[in-house]
Amino acid sequence: MADEKTNAASEPLNDLNRRDFFMKLGLGSLGVAAVGTAAFSYQYLDPNVLYEPSPVINVGKPDRYPLDSVTLDVNNGIYIIHSQEGYFSLSAVCTHLGCLTAWKPELNMIACPCHGSKFEQSGKKIEGPAPRPLPWKRIWLNDDGDLLVDRSTDVLPLARDSFVRV
Amino acid sequence: MAKTVDQYFDDLRGTRVWRSIFRSGTGSSTLKRALAIQQNVFLHLFSTKVRVRMLSFSATWYLGTLTLGTFLILVATGIPLMLYYHPSVPQAYADTKDLQFVVSSGMFLRNLHRWSAHAMVFLVFAHMFKVFYRGAYRTPREFNWVIGVILLLITLLLSYTGYLLPWDQLAYWAITVGSNIASAVPLVGDKIHFLLLGGNAVNANALLRFYVLHCMILPLTAMFFVAIHFWRIRKDGGLYSHGSEPGTMKTKTDVVAAAKEAQ
Repeated sequence: MADEKTNAASEPLNDLNRRDFFMKLGLGSLGVAAVGTAAFSYQYLDPNVLYEPSPVINVGKPDRYPLDSVTLDVNNGIYIIHSQEGYFSLSAVCTHLGCLTAWKPELNMIACPCHGSKFEQSGKKIEGPAPRPLPWKRIWLNDDGDLLVDRSTDVLPLARDSFVRV
Repeated sequence: MAKTVDQYFDDLRGTRVWRSIFRSGTGSSTLKRALAIQQNVFLHLFSTKVRVRMLSFSATWYLGTLTLGTFLILVATGIPLMLYYHPSVPQAYADTKDLQFVVSSGMFLRNLHRWSAHAMVFLVFAHMFKVFYRGAYRTPREFNWVIGVILLLITLLLSYTGYLLPWDQLAYWAITVGSNIASAVPLVGDKIHFLLLGGNAVNANALLRFYVLHCMILPLTAMFFVAIHFWRIRKDGGLYSHGSEPGTMKTKTDVVAAAKEAQ
């Protein structure tokens, strides 16, 4: 009776002998180590701190921009446009592949030199390959009377709040 | 009687030092010649015997060997260029100009590196076309074709990463456009773009990442796959030559052509 019980109890253990057990333990440990290495490698390659220029920039006093003018800020990749409705800011980075666009006063449009996309002064797309219009950026006056633009925040095109009136 | 150059070379091969290095001694028997290949660390990847027909220009146009040649030139010129080039935003462009106008032989090395890079891309494509149109990718060589496709991608990535290093307007905007193409990958595109550049824009991190990819990661990966590529040629029965495969001579034209070749 006692012998039979012992045999019955040891039956499931026979499915996994010592060699298989250590093999599985070893492979399992390697698997965990591989997943951990992959996770740490990904984290390592993903920078936590970026020493990139601030998205908020000071573009100076509003009177620098005459009425009905489009001014390209080459270093910051934005347009400051003084229209009848007020001042607004437009991204100058083409929505196609990131080239810097240029204002063409003789054609009254914004054009991209890389692949020929064309936009209206309001950022609206005239012609591809750009998939989207040029986004509007948040613009406001600070206490010193300087215009500030936040390049990381898109605002609704042509909306009342998207203009600055002086 | 004066000794010929061959005899001097045979004497050299008989010396104790030579034999301690190369093992196979003098003699030009088939065995000795086979051993000379088999016991050389660089040559042992290749077959010990090759049919003369397979070494003819028309069989391969030597395109694979020429590609390896340009790769070796790129390594040999790239390493000295690294001695004067700093992968940092304030210095990269100035260093490139110094290499071009100030450093002795800098212009020669840089231009050799550039032309070899262009030649390598051209030769890789030519090699693939030759292999494709001759049908040399077929069984048992499918796996080597796959390795070849990987090597094509590595070649293009080497070319792309090297393009940023001069840090001029052309480089900056080419990498801006190229990295934005990576953003088009569904779901993870923006993350790939961010990891590739190490930031949101082509900047100091991007320059350093492309430098490390260009000078370390990609060349080492290329060497790894080139080794497999060459080893696979031996394992798949040597260089491909028309009619060398069993069962390929089926049509009457093939048999006649083979008979002509045998004459």
